[in-house]
Amino acid sequence: MKMSDSNNNMFVIIAIVTLVIGGLIGYFVFGSDTEEEIIEVKKTEEANNFLDINGAGASFPFPLVSNMIEKYFETHDTVRINYQSIGSGGGVRQHTAKTVHFGMSDSPLKDSQFDQAPNSLHIPITIGSVVIPDNLPGVDTGMHLTGELVADIFLGKITKWNDPAITSLNPEIDLPDKAIVVVHRSDGSGTSFIFTSWLAEVSTDWDEAVGAGKAVEWPTGLGAAGNEGVAGVVTSNEYTIGYIELAYAIQNDVPVAAIQNLEGNFIMPTLETASAAAGGAGEGLPAGKDTWSKVEILNSPGSNSYPIVSFSYMLLYQELNVIPDMDMEKAKALLEFTWWAIHEGQELGPALEYVPLPDTAVSINEVTLKSITFNGQPVL
Amino acid sequence: MNADKIFKQFSSVMAFSAIGIMILIVFVLVTQSAPVWQAFGLDFAFGSDWNPVEGRESYGVRPYIYGTLITSFLALLLAVPISIGIAIFLSELAPPIIREPLSFIVELLAAVPSVIYGLWGLFIFRFYIRDYIEEPVINSLGDTIPIFSGIPFGLDLFTAGIILAVMIIPTISSVAREVIYAVPATQKEAAYALGATRWEMMRTSVFNYAKSGLFGACVLGLGRAVGETMAVTMVIGNTIGAQALPESLFQPGQSMASIIANEFNEADPGSLHPSALIGVGLILFFFALIIQLFSLYLRERSLKVGEVLD
Repeated sequence: MKMSDSNNNMFVIIAIVTLVIGGLIGYFVFGSDTEEEIIEVKKTEEANNFLDINGAGASFPFPLVSNMIEKYFETHDTVRINYQSIGSGGGVRQHTAKTVHFGMSDSPLKDSQFDQAPNSLHIPITIGSVVIPDNLPGVDTGMHLTGELVADIFLGKITKWNDPAITSLNPEIDLPDKAIVVVHRSDGSGTSFIFTSWLAEVSTDWDEAVGAGKAVEWPTGLGAAGNEGVAGVVTSNEYTIGYIELAYAIQNDVPVAAIQNLEGNFIMPTLETASAAAGGAGEGLPAGKDTWSKVEILNSPGSNSYPIVSFSYMLLYQELNVIPDMDMEKAKALLEFTWWAIHEGQELGPALEYVPLPDTAVSINEVTLKSITFNGQPVL
Repeated sequence: MNADKIFKQFSSVMAFSAIGIMILIVFVLVTQSAPVWQAFGLDFAFGSDWNPVEGRESYGVRPYIYGTLITSFLALLLAVPISIGIAIFLSELAPPIIREPLSFIVELLAAVPSVIYGLWGLFIFRFYIRDYIEEPVINSLGDTIPIFSGIPFGLDLFTAGIILAVMIIPTISSVAREVIYAVPATQKEAAYALGATRWEMMRTSVFNYAKSGLFGACVLGLGRAVGETMAVTMVIGNTIGAQALPESLFQPGQSMASIIANEFNEADPGSLHPSALIGVGLILFFFALIIQLFSLYLRERSLKVGEVLD
């Protein structure tokens, strides 16, 4: 009958329309949690024989981690690890929401975050180091700066390159009577966190006026996005000063300043001096299950230690069954990869300008990884 | 008959879904930004602090509202004469042989992704602005006129305004052309019949007629400029808090769209920071909404007048 046919048609169309609108509403109501959806998609891909491990977080270690993943796949071709470089904040968020198997962050969990993700473990994976590039015509790399001086420049208290505070440290350089242009990161970043933490430690003025964080209320200067943004603005404009990651500075051959360390020496940032700093701080590191919020290897002792360095962490759970799609096989694969990453994986670092972990950190990591369980059974 | 009915229902449901989406966007913006309004009240809209550091949190949007308005109006100031000129030339003066290619090229400007404008501004254009505009202007007028003071750098409100101007030219000129087309031919012929020259004809019959439509085109361009994010973020200089309160055109600033783009990714979920950024989004949304509605109203009015007289 014609009538019922078209009624059927109508029914189908209304059903489609309802689905479409329902989908749209769903997207907009729950759309902000797209992180969960990523996992859903991944789950459906698991029909084959691969073990899929998903991680997300900091962008700083991304080149190293993706290199590690590639190398690891060559010898373990059933383990497929996927790392999304979405930023430290996203890494902590997804770790807390348990939507990834591991998170990565340039800063340790704060105590409040630690409470939200109980039984989290910190595994230092590599070391970040922040350098201070400047652009003065006729001045090569290696201008001498102290922490307090850098803080005063970034506070806007020292505004000229020929300020006595700078000239007295650099008698051999002819510094011009030009305004200093400060360039900072405009996006929230782990690099800013390391840099401002260091400033807060060396300068009480900075600590009181600005403080430390991934994004802060910069008292002067202008912002550029990313390491490449800051480096681009500094190298293309005279009389500027900024801060960027060590790896980026080495790869792009940006002139940088030598910074005074705890023992009074002016240290050029290199892989060796950053590694020396991490080694010097290694003794006082906590166990993996404790809070790392107080850990810092800034201004660490040692005559050859570069002062602005910090760990980049992998975040795991002590009991892996809290992650919904985890099983023993996956847990094993995840931890075996992590074990490999803190040992053999470290050898990939120097070629990519990443500082290898000092032995003290590796042995703490070993204890941490061995303590991890799945359903109460030790995994490794 | 029945197919018609289904078609009608289908279309209406689709049309209403657009309204539904709009309501949901507002709903999400309001609920997610509620914590920051509760914490700071109206100070959030009028304050100038912006401190996301744990334990010192304080947020105020005023500098970014200024940043958005200054760059957008600067863009309008530069883009309107150019766009109206393009529209008049294309609709009234251009010989057919160049009309098509020229209007195609102008429309093409709108097809360039905004990140391309941003890159171009950041890597090429700003050096010209710095060396040929900012340096001479700052050196000659900077000491006497505060809005021209500063350090020539090329990453500031002025550059952002110029990039925005280029971006809104196609929007304004295509709507303006449409509005000028809508002026009835009888009106123009009447002016010629009375002995008007081409300029007099334009002035008396076309401009008079299309006035509110042209104004609507400009407001539409303003709407686009207010919401533009990527290109602005790359050239505006991205200062924070009181530093972003504009005193000079040649000073780095921050717009509402750019602060969201800059800080949302790494905003700490446990703090008020994400809520504050969504609050900025809510304020921006209402600016854009009001501008859009106003421009629609003006354009509709002018096109209707044209039709009636046809």
